[in-house]
Amino acid sequence: MPKDGGIGAPTRRREDVRFLTGTGQYCDDMNMFGQTAAVFARSTVANGVIKSIDTTAAAAMPGVLAIFTGEDFVDVGGNPAGWLINSRDGEPMKEPKRPVLAHGKVRHVGDAYAAVIAETVEQAKDAVEAIEVDIEELPAIVNMKDALSSTNYVHDEIGTNQCFDWGWIEDNRAATDAAIKGAHHVTTLELVNNRLVPNAMEPRCSMAQYNRANDEYTLHTTSQNPHLTRLLISAFVLGIPENKLTVIAPDVGGGFGSKIYHYGEEALVLAAAKKLGRPVKWTADRTEAFLTDAHGRDHVTKIELALDEEGNFLAFRTETLANVGAYLSNFATATPTFLHGTLMAGNYTVPNVYVNVKAVFTNTAPVDAYRGAGRPEATFSLERVIDKAAREIGMDPIALRRKNFIKPDQYPFASAAGLEYDSGNYDALMDQMEKVADVAGFEARRKESEKKGKLRGFGVNAYIEACGIAPSNLVGVLGSRVGLYDAATVRVNATGNLSVMVGAHSHGQGHETAFPQVVAEMLGIDPQSIDIVHGDTSKIPFGMGTYGSRSLAVCGSAVVRATEKIINKAKKIAAHMLEASDGDIELKDGVFSVAGTDKSVTFGEVALKAYIPHEFPLEDIEPGLEETAFYDPANFTYPSGAYCCEVEVDPDTGKVTVESMTAVDDFGNVINPMIVTGQVHGGLGQGIGQALLENTTYDENGQLLSASYMDYVMPRADDVPFYGVDHSKGTACTHNPLGVKGCGEAGAIGSPPTVVNAVIDALQSGGKNVTHIDMPMTPHRVWSAMQNV
Amino acid sequence: MYAFDIERPATLAEAVAALSNEDAQALGGGQTLIPTLKQRLASPEKLISLTGVAEMKGISSSGGVLTIGGGVTHGEVASDGSYKALSDLASNIGDPAVRNRGTIGGSVANNDPSACYPAAALASGATIVTNAREIAADDFFVGMFETALDEGEIVTAVKFPIPEKANYQKFVQPASRFALVGVFVAKTADGVRVAVTGASNEGVHRWSAAEEALSKDFSAKALDGLSVSADDLIADLHGSAEYRAHLVAVMTKRAVEAAA
Repeated sequence: MPKDGGIGAPTRRREDVRFLTGTGQYCDDMNMFGQTAAVFARSTVANGVIKSIDTTAAAAMPGVLAIFTGEDFVDVGGNPAGWLINSRDGEPMKEPKRPVLAHGKVRHVGDAYAAVIAETVEQAKDAVEAIEVDIEELPAIVNMKDALSSTNYVHDEIGTNQCFDWGWIEDNRAATDAAIKGAHHVTTLELVNNRLVPNAMEPRCSMAQYNRANDEYTLHTTSQNPHLTRLLISAFVLGIPENKLTVIAPDVGGGFGSKIYHYGEEALVLAAAKKLGRPVKWTADRTEAFLTDAHGRDHVTKIELALDEEGNFLAFRTETLANVGAYLSNFATATPTFLHGTLMAGNYTVPNVYVNVKAVFTNTAPVDAYRGAGRPEATFSLERVIDKAAREIGMDPIALRRKNFIKPDQYPFASAAGLEYDSGNYDALMDQMEKVADVAGFEARRKESEKKGKLRGFGVNAYIEACGIAPSNLVGVLGSRVGLYDAATVRVNATGNLSVMVGAHSHGQGHETAFPQVVAEMLGIDPQSIDIVHGDTSKIPFGMGTYGSRSLAVCGSAVVRATEKIINKAKKIAAHMLEASDGDIELKDGVFSVAGTDKSVTFGEVALKAYIPHEFPLEDIEPGLEETAFYDPANFTYPSGAYCCEVEVDPDTGKVTVESMTAVDDFGNVINPMIVTGQVHGGLGQGIGQALLENTTYDENGQLLSASYMDYVMPRADDVPFYGVDHSKGTACTHNPLGVKGCGEAGAIGSPPTVVNAVIDALQSGGKNVTHIDMPMTPHRVWSAMQNV
Repeated sequence: MYAFDIERPATLAEAVAALSNEDAQALGGGQTLIPTLKQRLASPEKLISLTGVAEMKGISSSGGVLTIGGGVTHGEVASDGSYKALSDLASNIGDPAVRNRGTIGGSVANNDPSACYPAAALASGATIVTNAREIAADDFFVGMFETALDEGEIVTAVKFPIPEKANYQKFVQPASRFALVGVFVAKTADGVRVAVTGASNEGVHRWSAAEEALSKDFSAKALDGLSVSADDLIADLHGSAEYRAHLVAVMTKRAVEAAA
């Protein structure tokens, strides 16, 4: 290992120096000469017909430069859905246009119907207030069940509020039904996977410049994947040629999924910059973030688990309503389907799985992938119903899971939900979890809690996720309209240091530290001589971005492939310099040597030779030392884990405190264990937030009641315990060069059912026969559940 | 926010004069007003900052009465300690930034139905001192966001008789961390007073049945069987009226246990 940290070293994050010293450069930190400000006029009603918009008075106000309405964008394209889902009857999903600005109708509170460009933000805000708009309010469509039976449509032109009715796997349906019908025991549970507001610390911001001299646009924007944003704007929305549009995502303060997508504000500032010939910047305020960032989750599910006399799982069957909100966000259709239904066999050998998902339009903010994206919903349904089943048949919840686990000698394992798991060892994870969490000592701790008048509960959970998305060929068959590979360029500079251009964007993941560890390990050089370049379409070959815990597994693999090419070429150069044959050159600790001799040249000498190619075999080797690789994986990766937690419930108030949380994960090989631990910590915090705190609530009129931090409960440090995190029991991924699986989402996937299971256990221990409480398990909800039994 | 002018008078007389302008609005620590302005939900033409008024600063104790200047911050009350239950209450308002800016005068004048200080003032039998008069806490808190203050009247101090025993129990609304239900219990030679915040559509109020029971027997047991009606209590996404009613009883018991 290089002395400053190669693969496996807990190297401190180099990017933290700038983040912690206030020298990061976020979009809103950047200001351009001649910059103007955009402010949006947003609907205050959830559903309404735009009768008229009069901008005359607003246009005459001080500093106002331009006003746009939906009318200005009727001739440009809509923001598309990236994944085509077909219904069970073969019909393609309904895809109503998602315009840059609302036209004809507003469809959720916060839907933008106009935008003012002015010299200053305050002038633009004043002018927005002066826009005279006449919106005829219609009844809001909020509840999904009501939406499906209503003739009041979010999108009149499609004549239904159902986007699709998807079955997975349709051919398994009859067998699953039969298995459930004939089963010894069936456990049924209806549950809600609560809607979450992403709440990235940095609200969205987009700033556009237009250069009339060469007809080029530059968009600085808060994006997790600038190339995808460019592609969507170029190919679908504004039609700006890709070679005329640069998209830059500089430092980005968190995304959690919400910044994967292209939003109308990006198109608006680009169009305005061209019209005005001046830079245009828009920065969301926190209210806009609450109302317009793509939300997460929002499933209502009925799940059934069939078991035989011994507790063997025979079948899982689910019916889910998935809220997609008012418009289809880019991956809204993939999240409740292929990122959800395909995981519905969990870690288990269950032979039958059938999943039905109806996606529903409502007058609420669009819903799309949020940390975990479909997989938390699958895990929650499975692990809650398994827990309920264990209680019903009187079996220990850990033993029931173990009985049904896929065993280490069964890989590759074809799951009943259509995936082929490559590796894993769920029993080993459970063993480690029992050790780390001291599960054996729980009863003693429960007694201590009872002495204080508290109910203590233990909850356990096992999860599997599909990450590193994914093979383009496979996702193409499943409906994806994009490929899911990634790219990297390794540029060795003449003086021996490296710039590595990567398609994955880092907005909290620590790529700037972890990726150099990989390259440094391969080349045997100091990682400090390697810098990562990301987030700029003009500097990077291509990229599909950062989401789905894919950066290391996919983009990291591209980095490995490009570095291998560098090594191959460098060996040829070294062979020439050492007058030896390529095959005899060995690379170790940054030195190329001829096997069995003391003849050697350093990596730096080879780099210099590549750029000063005197006496160079130009007929065999090109000058320079720069290589690019695109990597398209052979399969998803399958991280898995065993989680448990202990909670205390105050029976007088219903308040739940998480006393301990243990996460034992199989992430495959680990590049930087410190960063991985941090990723798990973040995910656990979000998972506990979902389980206990985060209460996205729309009222019957479609008003978001929890639209500020006065009512939306974000987890804070004192809401979470010190975590027990362990990733020592990983099994290497079998199909990518680093053997890595991905760790970004795990904590948020594994923790919510763990917490709910623990709360139910606590209440049961107190003699309260409560079998389920929907998240968030607020004190009020827990107290109410206790009163109602 | 909308544009406004701001003045920062150095004396109470200047502040009173400045506030006689009908477009002027007093600005204390700004912990409610500034966020409101940022949301463009208020548009005063002129703000009169009270943070420079010398007469409104300082904490003094005399004859069993603690006098806290209207401009004293929560942080200063928290670190004072001469009325422990009050200092404890102050130390749990908001976060350090809020405590270093927010003032007791601003809090009681705003009379947020979920604020902590009104419960302390009412349970302690405090007196609200203004530039014009002294008002008993029982008369001061009129209803949700309503007080007995006249237009332009400034809270210059709050006088707290220090009780024999007192305690404040707050069950926080998890997002804002204001009181979902807060109960302040104070025992003096004259009896026990119990003030409830966070629960009622009428704002802070006393729970007379509990006061009566506790005046006879200052123990949690004395509250057994007592409950408050859910009528007219606040119901929102954090808790129903019934839940709040239940919490009033639980928090009162806990306050008595902690005070005893």
